[in-house]
Amino acid sequence: MLKVRGRVWKFGDNIDTDVITPGQYLSLPMDQLKIHVLEPIRPGFINLVKPGDVIVAGRNFGCGSSREQAPRALKEVGIAAVIAESFARIFFRNAINIGLPVLACEGVSKIFDEGDVLEANFASGEIKNVTKGVTLKAKPLPPLMIEILTAGGALELLKKKYGNKTFS
Amino acid sequence: MPMTLAEKILARASGIKEVAPGDYVTAKIDVAMAHEGAAWVIDELNKIGIDRVWDPERIVIMFDHWAPAPTELTAAMHKKIREFVKKHGIKYFYDIKKGICHQIMHELGHVRPGELIVGTDSHTTTYGAFGACGTGIGTTDMAVVWVTGELWFRVPESIKFCIVGRLPRYVMSKDVILYIAGKYGTEVAQYKSIEFDGPTIMDMSIASRMTLSNMAMEIGAKFALIAPDEKTIEYVKSKTAKPFTPLHPDPDAVYEKVYEIDVSDLEPQVAFPHSVGNVKPISKAEGIKIDQAFLGSCTNGRFEDLAVAAEILKGRKVHPDVRMIVIPASVEVYLEALKAGIIDILLRAGAVVCNPTCGPCMGTHLGLLAEGERCISSSNRNFKGRMGSPKAEIYLASPYVVAASAVTGEITDPRKLMEGEK
Repeated sequence: MLKVRGRVWKFGDNIDTDVITPGQYLSLPMDQLKIHVLEPIRPGFINLVKPGDVIVAGRNFGCGSSREQAPRALKEVGIAAVIAESFARIFFRNAINIGLPVLACEGVSKIFDEGDVLEANFASGEIKNVTKGVTLKAKPLPPLMIEILTAGGALELLKKKYGNKTFS
Repeated sequence: MPMTLAEKILARASGIKEVAPGDYVTAKIDVAMAHEGAAWVIDELNKIGIDRVWDPERIVIMFDHWAPAPTELTAAMHKKIREFVKKHGIKYFYDIKKGICHQIMHELGHVRPGELIVGTDSHTTTYGAFGACGTGIGTTDMAVVWVTGELWFRVPESIKFCIVGRLPRYVMSKDVILYIAGKYGTEVAQYKSIEFDGPTIMDMSIASRMTLSNMAMEIGAKFALIAPDEKTIEYVKSKTAKPFTPLHPDPDAVYEKVYEIDVSDLEPQVAFPHSVGNVKPISKAEGIKIDQAFLGSCTNGRFEDLAVAAEILKGRKVHPDVRMIVIPASVEVYLEALKAGIIDILLRAGAVVCNPTCGPCMGTHLGLLAEGERCISSSNRNFKGRMGSPKAEIYLASPYVVAASAVTGEITDPRKLMEGEK
């Protein structure tokens, strides 16, 4: 969970939650919604992406609505991590909460081309382009977020912490 | 240590004396708002086998995104939530009959200065207009809140936008926030708490202030506060009998950055596709043909917005090639507009008036766009595919610009339409 290695899909700045999971499909169950993931800007992405792939993107990834389906759909189609120059606040939090590793790393979109192989360590912040042999160092995730990711998500952590006290 | 307004509210909610940017705190939630997102919160709770909530009087649920249900799937979502509400005795539940969450929350007395409110909607920042820390969260966070009544927060850095100067005629608070998004970009407030301040803000109506706090989300804000003044207190007291303690920033509080903006010469602004930050003055947008004009949403669907449209449309007609869709933000707004004769004017001009709901703003129903179509909209987002086809275009502007453009069939400067005819 805290270390990822995968093939890169490259996206630009301001990839919003409406292009990740369009509003008109939002009420569909996840197995149908995920078919439309990133469709407005990359039609057919569902057929291209393979489990374990990663996304490298520009600034403000996940801007827009609070819909948790956005990180969830990415996770569902097999995206193992998103590394971007910067993230919109709610998307970032939602991703961690559902157990999709995300990390902000300045300069990351410049060192990766689509198809390169990426290795990321979320505890140390090390991002490596295996194909090109270039490494960047991002600010690692704070301990609280590592704890959530390691537990497999915020609700799993909640369950672990409170046990039967809360879950009567 | 002096504190900003966000710091004071987070400190109070966390039960600690003082907090500083970068601190992690666990805060008690005063009010937890959920629209249809509640269905997904219920799914989360079911997944891990929880069947209880922390406080049925602090959870507010309403239907607005798909109201009334346009599909069988959304009807099932509504049904699931209604059953949950009954089972758990959720005290404040508003079915399809009330309106958009961010409008009815304050109309029905659920927004109080100094409080911490979370919602399953990104535009929960709107409550900042009442001096409350409001912020949008996802459904997993909301599940945590429903069970524990608490949530962790990183105390954000605060920035201030000080607005001075008198807004020119036909220029609204929407133009101010679009101008800010255009000039400073959609990340200027990323992870930060905004405080809007200055004489222009204090002169604004509550409704106009709400547009600022609402759209502040589009520039990344976690909170978008306006310190409560007499206007705020009087309004809130007219809506709720519950006691509250308004908080104010310390005069020597530390802001990461202060932006001063003089709006005396501000022109109407237009956000071009497909980013809220892609803003140009109206003079660069005039003449762009439109197929649809949408007036509504939590951003600009209030009484003053409808009144502005009626001012333009009185004695005029919506252009024959344009569909104008008007959606009052709430039943209260709708009734007030009816009483004032505004709905009459809009209908006679050829506008279509729908029931209070989010409607086409997020592309769910009531006026989606086909490939190649263009819409001028008073809503908050112009993302690709937001209102239907990814090959449609959405331009964001004030209610004045939306109404003026509906008349001419192309993006129009309301000053020219109104003053040019004199």
